[in-house]
Amino acid sequence: MKKALVSIAFGLTASLLATGASAQATLNSVKQKGFLTCGSNTGLAGFGQPDAQGNWTGLDVDFCRAIAAAIFDDPTKVRFIPLAAKDRFTALQSGEVDVLSRNSTVTMSRDTQLGLDFPAINYFDGQGFMVRKKLGVSSAKELNGASICTQQGTTTELNLADYFRANNMKYEVVAFATSDETFKAYDAGRCDAFTTDASGLYAERLRASAPDDHIVLPEIISKEPLGPAVRHGDNQWGDIVRWTHNAMLNAEELGVTKANVDQMKTSENPEIKRLLGTEGKFGEAVGLTNDWAVRIIKHVGNYGEVFEKNVGEGSRLKIKRGQNAQWTKGGLQYGIPIR
Amino acid sequence: MNSVQTAVSQTSPPKKSFLYDPKVRGIFYQVVLVLAIVYLFYVAATNAVENLQRAKIASGFGFLNNTAGFDISQTLIQFSAAGGTYGDAFIVGLLNTLLVSAIGIFFTTILGFLIGIARLSKNWMVAKVAMVYVEVLRNIPLLVQLLFWYIAVLGTLPQPRNSLEMGAGFYLNSRGLFMAKPIWGSNISVVVAALVIGLVGTFVYRRWARRQQEQTGRQYPVGKVTLALLLGLPVLTWIVLAVAGANPITFELPRKGTFNLTGGMQILPEFVALLLGLVTYTAAFIAEVVRAGILAVSKGQSEAAGSLGLTPGQTLRLVVIPQAMRVIVPPLTSQYLNLTKNSSLAVAIGYPDLVQVFMGTVLNQTGQAIEVVVITMGVYLTISLVTSFIMNIYNRRVAIVER
Repeated sequence: MKKALVSIAFGLTASLLATGASAQATLNSVKQKGFLTCGSNTGLAGFGQPDAQGNWTGLDVDFCRAIAAAIFDDPTKVRFIPLAAKDRFTALQSGEVDVLSRNSTVTMSRDTQLGLDFPAINYFDGQGFMVRKKLGVSSAKELNGASICTQQGTTTELNLADYFRANNMKYEVVAFATSDETFKAYDAGRCDAFTTDASGLYAERLRASAPDDHIVLPEIISKEPLGPAVRHGDNQWGDIVRWTHNAMLNAEELGVTKANVDQMKTSENPEIKRLLGTEGKFGEAVGLTNDWAVRIIKHVGNYGEVFEKNVGEGSRLKIKRGQNAQWTKGGLQYGIPIR
Repeated sequence: MNSVQTAVSQTSPPKKSFLYDPKVRGIFYQVVLVLAIVYLFYVAATNAVENLQRAKIASGFGFLNNTAGFDISQTLIQFSAAGGTYGDAFIVGLLNTLLVSAIGIFFTTILGFLIGIARLSKNWMVAKVAMVYVEVLRNIPLLVQLLFWYIAVLGTLPQPRNSLEMGAGFYLNSRGLFMAKPIWGSNISVVVAALVIGLVGTFVYRRWARRQQEQTGRQYPVGKVTLALLLGLPVLTWIVLAVAGANPITFELPRKGTFNLTGGMQILPEFVALLLGLVTYTAAFIAEVVRAGILAVSKGQSEAAGSLGLTPGQTLRLVVIPQAMRVIVPPLTSQYLNLTKNSSLAVAIGYPDLVQVFMGTVLNQTGQAIEVVVITMGVYLTISLVTSFIMNIYNRRVAIVER
């Protein structure tokens, strides 16, 4: 009996200690598993949502597919784990997901205290409000005394408190665990206003029982840089995520698309040659193959294509590029050079 | 006696090595087990801390003193995004849990006893209604019931601009129930004094009435006098003061604001939905516990009471219930614990209880999952143990004293 106990004790200790060592090797474990686990939204149109056939679609979803394409040359080798806002970081910390691509705001505390890294920003956003038209409210400044529905565990919840405090207004907050519950409560009339990132407002409005009865107020009260997150400490994995995003941005800037990527391989433009791996060994430097970017673009597309398909003119959301346009077109998306 | 002892010591085998003493071995193994468990916990804790540090995840309990920066809809203590800390948010959540549990336990006990007794009623209709209630309520998952109360009932309430006016300063709309808020004047001490006099008077009167009954067999109207002393006396004092022009209580009535009624007192629909769900669900179980307790009292007891001339009400109150209580109390305690723990389902309908505030918002804003979860588990364990402890004391009092 004593022997058994000792061996159990040692076994447990060993398994507990083992979790620490695996922090460096996300890429290897993903290759071993044969698929990528991606923390996604529980359902946000345009960003991460399963369609009627159960296929996940959206800007954040396509980002995970791009990583899978770069690793496996197959964008379907992703398993999506839907996560509520309040569970998402714990799921990433504990290793349940390899990457979190779930419209999460990058903040200093999240970067430094949660043991996370945010290698890229794939959507620049800001927080807004939605109200019923018949309330006759035309500005967020008129919301003094209103009840506001929000999702808990978000930066939204904190910005809301800041905004009303700064403008010396009163409000009643009603916080729910998931975006679904939050919007349902607003739609049922529990709150006067609903607040989340502006992109989310347009997406959620589509789910309202009568979408035309609601308007989005003009004020944007915060900066919400949304991006994928990885665990702190595995720099190689962070690099893969960072350069996946930059490859998609550079491809758009250089005019490399899903359709023409194969012809572009013969291009004489040195920037395109480096991007597509016909010159240099950039892919191998991050632990992938040199045609990593070709795989991404061929299977998923460049940033602009992904944007238009999921949230832009090609989608029901019809969101303008705005801040998310290329830097050459007055936006903030700026692909870091591959050289 | 002496001869037996010597006989035993003679037949027992001669003392062998200390190692083969079963008592010593037993102690040895238990000590080893305890040490192994302590060691395991120690290793798990130090390993967790080490891993957290390596992954650059903040650890420790210092976060409780950091400013929270978010607001909570229902706060029993002063709490604001600007000044409140995560520690304050914890207390707000804890108090909200205790509030809904305490009020829930109070109402579910009354409802459960009524339905349990109704199920044994000789009136066919009453018994069947109680049976249907029990079978329906206890066989639908609580979460579903909570969502029903919250979404189905909330959805039918009017928007604030068309609030239902129910008179006496009561309004009902989709933001909750609004009522007049009492503002205590300086004369309130007189009313409180009247209440204290009423309390003392009741106590003295009841003792006197009991002694009279024991000595002479005459019964005095205890219930009516208690009511008059406890309720009548303070109300009378209040009326006298009000007529004299020194009204001790004034009311702040809810007024219509831009979005909602302002002023007065507001009971959140989340609270009402959670309370309704917990009370009606747990009452179904308590009803069954009560029924079992009453059926456990042999029929001869009520027949004997009847033959002594007690009315059915008196039989129930003086003979059956006191004996049934010893069967009822232990499972009743479990139901109280269930209600308290089930209150954590508040998370589904946005009531800011401990789990919603602390394990939801605080955990996510700080990212300190281990600390937050450990504290929360500790709190529920403590609440449950305290409830058990109190109920065990009560159980000892109602248990049959064997002579």
